[in-house]
Formats: sequence, structure tokens, C-alpha cells
Amino acid sequence: MSTEVTKSPAAAPPGGGPAGGGRGGNVLQLLAGNLRGNMRQYGMLIALGLIVALFAIWTDGQLLLPRNVSNLVLQNGYVLILAIGMMLVIIAGHIDLSVGSMTAFVGAFAAVLTVQHGVPWPITLVLCLIAGAIGGAAQGFFIAYLGIPSFIVTLAGMLIFRGFTEILLQGQTLGPFPNGLQKMGNGFLPEVGPHTNYHNITLLLGLVLIVFAVLQEVRDRRRQREFSLDVVPLNLFLLKLVSIVAAILVLTLLLASYKGAPILLLVLGALVVGYGYVMRNAVFGRHIYAIGGNLPAAKLSGVKDKKVTFLVFMNMGALAALAGLAIAARLNAASPKAGLNYELEAIASSFIGGASMSGGVGTVLGAIIGGLVLGVLNNGMNLLSVGTDWQQVIKGFALLAAVGFDVWNKRRSGS
Amino acid sequence: MAGPVLEMRSIVKTFPGVKALSDVTLTVRQGEVHAVCGENGAGKSTLMKVLSGVHPHGSYEGDILFEGQVCRFRDIRASEQRGIVIIHQELALVPHLSLAENIFLGNEHAARGFINWRDTLRHATELLRRVGLDEHPETRVADIGVGKQQLVEIAKALSKKVRLLILDEPTAALNDEDSGKLLDLILQLKDQDITSIIISHKLNEIRRVADSVTIIRDGLSIETLDVRAPETTEDRIISGMVGRDLDSRFPERTPHRTEEGAAPALEIRNWTVHHPIDQHRKVVDDVSIRVRRGEIVGIAGLMGAGRTELAMSVFGRAYGRYAGGTVLKDGEEIRTRTVAEAVGHGIAYVTEDRKHYGLNLIDTINRNISLTALHKVARRGVVDEHEERQVSEGFRQSMNIKAPTVFETVGKLSGGNQQKVVLSKWIFAGPDVLILDEPTRGIDVGAKYEIYTVIDQLAAQGKAVVFISSELPELLGMCDRIYTMAAGRLTGEVPRAEATQEVLMRRMTKDKR
Repeated sequence: MSTEVTKSPAAAPPGGGPAGGGRGGNVLQLLAGNLRGNMRQYGMLIALGLIVALFAIWTDGQLLLPRNVSNLVLQNGYVLILAIGMMLVIIAGHIDLSVGSMTAFVGAFAAVLTVQHGVPWPITLVLCLIAGAIGGAAQGFFIAYLGIPSFIVTLAGMLIFRGFTEILLQGQTLGPFPNGLQKMGNGFLPEVGPHTNYHNITLLLGLVLIVFAVLQEVRDRRRQREFSLDVVPLNLFLLKLVSIVAAILVLTLLLASYKGAPILLLVLGALVVGYGYVMRNAVFGRHIYAIGGNLPAAKLSGVKDKKVTFLVFMNMGALAALAGLAIAARLNAASPKAGLNYELEAIASSFIGGASMSGGVGTVLGAIIGGLVLGVLNNGMNLLSVGTDWQQVIKGFALLAAVGFDVWNKRRSGS
Repeated sequence: MAGPVLEMRSIVKTFPGVKALSDVTLTVRQGEVHAVCGENGAGKSTLMKVLSGVHPHGSYEGDILFEGQVCRFRDIRASEQRGIVIIHQELALVPHLSLAENIFLGNEHAARGFINWRDTLRHATELLRRVGLDEHPETRVADIGVGKQQLVEIAKALSKKVRLLILDEPTAALNDEDSGKLLDLILQLKDQDITSIIISHKLNEIRRVADSVTIIRDGLSIETLDVRAPETTEDRIISGMVGRDLDSRFPERTPHRTEEGAAPALEIRNWTVHHPIDQHRKVVDDVSIRVRRGEIVGIAGLMGAGRTELAMSVFGRAYGRYAGGTVLKDGEEIRTRTVAEAVGHGIAYVTEDRKHYGLNLIDTINRNISLTALHKVARRGVVDEHEERQVSEGFRQSMNIKAPTVFETVGKLSGGNQQKVVLSKWIFAGPDVLILDEPTRGIDVGAKYEIYTVIDQLAAQGKAVVFISSELPELLGMCDRIYTMAAGRLTGEVPRAEATQEVLMRRMTKDKR
């Protein structure tokens, strides 16, 4: 395989002035820079791989049984949903402590609507998302426009929404939910077609996904050429393609050999792709990074910081509502104690996945990786029958180790 | 008068890449008030940091003799033990602690770790009386004005048995009345045989309190004058401060031809702004300026003149409280109440403080450049990363930003290259009017020339440029017209042909009152 480096003709300088700066060796620098910049994320990806491998060995392969992989997704789906929203909040330089209570509140709201008033589940779904968005927006208003610190506003929110949950449920557990809603927490894709040993639709979906991912990568590469930008050498590009395809294939086969893809996984997948795209490519996403990275500079660049902050919290509320529905649906009941400490899991996921206390840094994928690290730890220790007492201790140390490694790494590289 | 209490001999201090002090000698006599003056960046503050141990012994060359003994201070504590106390421009008080607690902070009246409040309060009351501050020692620092806070700092210095008091621009943030009180206090302390060094560029103040003045320019001590001598006039001090030759540090510039008919690109009328906290202080007072397309207009002024405050308040009310005035673009009145509105009307403000207000230091060159005008590389709210990268690559080359790729973190670049990123960012926004605030601060000579060239080209492209700078040669070398400001007011408008450093400095130090 030949290595190719596209050299571009010098682009027309917009401002004039002395042109200069060679381009040779840029590709390697580009890669090195990319690697360095995402050290935490790559590090955590490797750590995740190690944790999976270790638990796979300790549990004699139980961890990677199709049934267990399916369970892992269903057990951790809602924390991952929360982690996505939390990542945005933390990048913007804030924190949201209210999401655990918010999930409980929305679960209760859904139960009251469907169980007590017989509202059809699709309408319930929409109403719940709106309720969550309003709750988030209310907090966002105090934070963005009145300038009350997010820690305090959402601490209040944590108490308020927990209180409302108990008021709605009057201390009782409400259930069961209609079928449609249950599917969201527990359901799998329906099966059609001839009987194979695999779940047909899931396989098909996996194939579509692979084709889509490959096309996207190829298109991206072509566009870079169009703009006469340096591209990654072909062999590295192929390596990347093969890794993506392999990852999707393995997951697809695992899920397809059990009951198929959980609906929650599809929802989650859509969220990861969607939010990943927004954070990377949308003006809104860029503005979140800008206000978290340097608020005064962002203001002086014309970024509408208050509006962005407000929307970030509104979004968090909506995602918390979605997670709340998923939890309630999975347990098939709304309980006053639902979602306890979930805000802490979401926050821990974000920090393990590369967020910074001071804001401005982090990715959606990072939040997912962080969430999976915690999820696999949970699941693996459950399989090994480790008690919840020790589970908490170990998860605590995992968080400390992940962030400690990052701090150490930064100090070492002197940045 | 008595012999020297302090001798600083041939002090040389180098920072990475910059020689802040090349050779400074300062001799202060016992019991005098000695002024040190010079342009911004001449090295006054660095010299005082060397003296007080902020820059420890070993980090500079030369000797310091205090009361006849050679001093090798490791830190501020060491110099304070010898009775040398520096009061910085930014006060070092804890706002939520009381006056007494602040006065004895780090030096508490305590026995076995517990504070003896009776002694503390008694002693504090005594010190407050000595500095003429009529406040209860248990008042919180946050509840008194800046002028009184300055006095608390002096009380704190007195508590340390000060022998030599150094005041770094003590009146820069004070109003007239408070300034007067402070200067009186310095004279009172002189009667108590406390020697003072006062850094100031307010010539009337120097004349009022100082016995002698040492002038520092470009890291060199130029001369020491006896202020009481009749030949030491303000003009004499000014010529010492600015006496430097203009050389070819600037690109050849064909001066702008003023088309009197056309409306100015930007006109500011009767602009008045109050201090964000102290609402009785006018930071910008009834200022009117205008700048035409293709013109570079300078604003000269010393620290506290209100130049940055003027620019930032016009640019989306980003500073202070608006108290009146209008902004006209091409002859029509426009609203610039938010930064977005100002940018929308084609105004760009390139800040003097790129680290705090200009750049997201933890992000890449690429994303910093595109931030203000993301819509230009985005369709329906979605950024085209490739187009964005092409744009920033273009700037990296045309502006000669020294970085391997546009994905380098901005925080890792040198000052000059960071400045080029800030400029790129605002050029990319495509403004008609650029307000450049100290665009060459803290960058080396080579990068300065490159930035001058860019500014020159911007004007040649028909953009209106407002150039705020503390370096007079820079303004003289680049501008078609120069406004001068002092204490928030416009004190002059000088065309290129008539502008000299002396003319400008006189107007910059003019006391309007």
C-alpha cells in the first residue's frame, strides 16, 4: 500500500501580507496533534477495552454473552442519555444536580397521565418531553438571565422536583404502564422474515449502518480534497474504516444472536450521532465550547451567551425527561425513589470521559465512553456478585484514577 | 539633605525573549519622596518588583544597597522584614475581611494561633488614625471606597514598620479628592522620616509631592532631576520620557487623503460612561471622535485615560454604565447595545487583553478564527468543517502565524502569534471599522512590524482603523490623525503633520481641571 500525501497549492490569502509556512510533514503533525489533544479520550477508550477484557476473563466470558450485552445496554441506557446532556452542561461551564429528581418527576408525571387518566402513550411521551424541557428551561432562566450559579439553582431543583414527585405519587408506586411505553425501556426491534439463528432486522440494520458509516467517511475525505486540505494517508484511512466496520459488526452479531437490538439502544444511537454532530458542526455547539472556554472572550465575539446557556439547560431537562421515561418504562412503575443519585453517575461519566471542571472541553463520545466504563464496572461486578457497598468504593476510585491520570498527564506535557 | 538610603546599581532584568531592564541605576536619599516616571512599558514596575523581591535575587543582575547593606531578597517577605513595602496598583486586600483583619493579614497579633482581638483592634485604630482614615477597624473593606482602601494599604505597610514605601501608580483609580488626600499623607509620612518611591506619570502630582524624579525609558535610567530646581519644568520631564528617535520600524505609509464630503465611517458623539461600580465617576466624559474609510486614527493616553473604556463601551456596552452619546455609521445613527449589534454593523474591537477577552486559549487556532463569523462557513446552522479549515489555513499563511497546523491550541502560541490569531478572527468577520486596542502589546519587534503591515493593508483596503496605543512612536509612525485623552476626556486632536511626542505627551498629561 502506498502512502499518499496530498499537497495543496497555497490557498488564496484573504488578508494579503507575507505568505509563508511550509506544509511538508503536516499530516504527521496533524495526527500527533489530534492524538495529543484527545489523549484523555483515547486513554479512556483503551481503559474501557482493558476493563471489558478483564471482566470477560474473570467472569469466564459471561460479560460478553449476547444476553448480558443486551442487559448492559438496557441497564445503562438512561445514564448514558443523561451523560450526553450533562456533558453539554459541563462544557458550557455549569453543572446540573437536578437531573436525578427530574427523571423521577417525569416518570411520576407519565404514570399519572397513563395509569390514572388513561392518556394514550404517544401523547404522554410528547407531554413528558415538554414537561422536562419546561423544567430545564425554568432552571436555565435563573442561571442564564438572573446569573444565579447553576450549582445552587439545580440544587434547589433537585429538592423541588423530588418533592413534586412525591406529591404526584403521594408516596406510592404507580404502575403498570401501557405496552407501548414499556417497549421503550424493555423492548426490542420486532422480528420479520425467515427463521435464521440471528435476528434479521438487527442484522439488516447493522449492514445499513456499516454502509452509511463507510460512505460518510469516504465523502468526508473527498470533501477535504475538494478544499485542498491535507488528508490522512490512505493506509491509515483504511485502518480506520476497518475498525469502524468491525466494531459495528461485532455489536450487531452479539445483539442479533439474542433478541435483537433493544429500542433504547436505537434511541441512544440516534442521540449520540445527533448530539455528536451538533457539538462538532453546529454553530450552537461551537458557541457552547466558546462560552465554557472563555466567557468574556465569547461575549466580545458576539456569542449570545445567555441564550446558549438557557438552551443548554432546557435541553438537559428534555433529555432527563427521556431518561425518566426509559427508567419508568423499564421498571414498569413510577416510584418516588426513582433516579436517586443518577445526577452523580452522569456527572462522573462526563468527567471520566474527558470533561473539565472549568468547562470548554469534552465530547459527546467521551461522555458515552465514561458512562460505559461505569456501566461495565457495574455489570461486571454484579456478575461477580460483588456487593453494592464495594461497587461504590471501586467506582469512586475509578473516577479518581481517570481524572488523576489526566491531571498527571497534563502536568507532564507541561500544558 | 541626608545621604542615600537606597542604591540600585546597574540592574539588568531579562524575561524570556524580552529585556525589560537593560541598565537601571536608582539612588534614593533618606527621607525624600522620589518619583519614578516613564512611558508605559518603560520598565518602572519591573524595577520595583526587583526591589521588593517579587523577582528574587539571582533572577536579575546588579546590586541593591539598602541602608548601606547589600540586599539579596528571596521573596516579598524578606524585603518587608527590612522595611521595604510595595503597594501595587491592584490592591491586595481581602474584601470580606475587616480593616483590622486586613491590616494584620499574615502578621496577626496572636498567641498560639489564636488572635488577640483587643490588641488587634487597638493597634489598628492607632494605624488608621495615623493615615487619617476615620473608619471603625471592624468595617469590611468591601464597604469603603477605593480611595480609603488605598489608605488601608498604607496602614498595613505602617504595621510592618515601613522604612521605604513604594507606591505603584497610587492615584490611577482615585478621584481628585481622594488623590489629594493620598498625596498629603505621603508628605506627612515624609515628615515622619519614611522615604517613599512613587511611580506616576501625572506630572502635576510629581511636582506636588516629589523631591526628585528619575526617568526611565526603554529599560534604561536616563536621568535624575531635582524637582525643586527651577529648570525642571514639565516639558523638561516630558522630553526625558519620550526622547527617542523614530526609525524605520514602520511600513512606508501613504497618508490618507481626507475626502471631506463623505460621512465618516464611524462617528462617536458626546459619549459618556460611568464606572461600573462607582457610579459617580465618569470614566469617559463627553468624548466625540470620528474616523473615515481608509484612515488610521490614533488614540493616545496614559493609564486611566479611558481609551479602552471608550472602545469597549461603544462595542456593545461591554464596559461600564452608559450615560449618553450616540454612534453613527456612515452618517446614520446605529444601535450598538450588544456586541452582536455592533458586529452586525461592521464594527470589530480587538482587545488589549487577548488572553482574557480575545481568545479561547484551550481551543484551536481554527476554531478561534471562525468564532465571530461562524455563519460565513455554515449553512443553516451547520458548520462546514472543511471550508472552515480552509479559511483558517489561509490566515495561517497570509498572517504568517507560526504553528504547525491550525489545530494547534492557541494557548501554546507566543504572544505575537496569538495576536495574529485575534486579528485574523476579526478580519474574517469582515468589518468596516476596526478598533485595535494595544495591538502590539507584549510582542517582539519582528512580529510588531508584521502587525503594522497588516494594519496598513486594512486601511489601504478602505477600512477605518482606530488605533489605541500607549506607545507614542507607534502612533506617530502609523496614524493619519491622533486624538489624545486624559482622565476620561478628549484633550486634543493632532494631525499627522503636527504630531510629535512632546505635543502628544503634553496633552496626555494635561490636567483639565
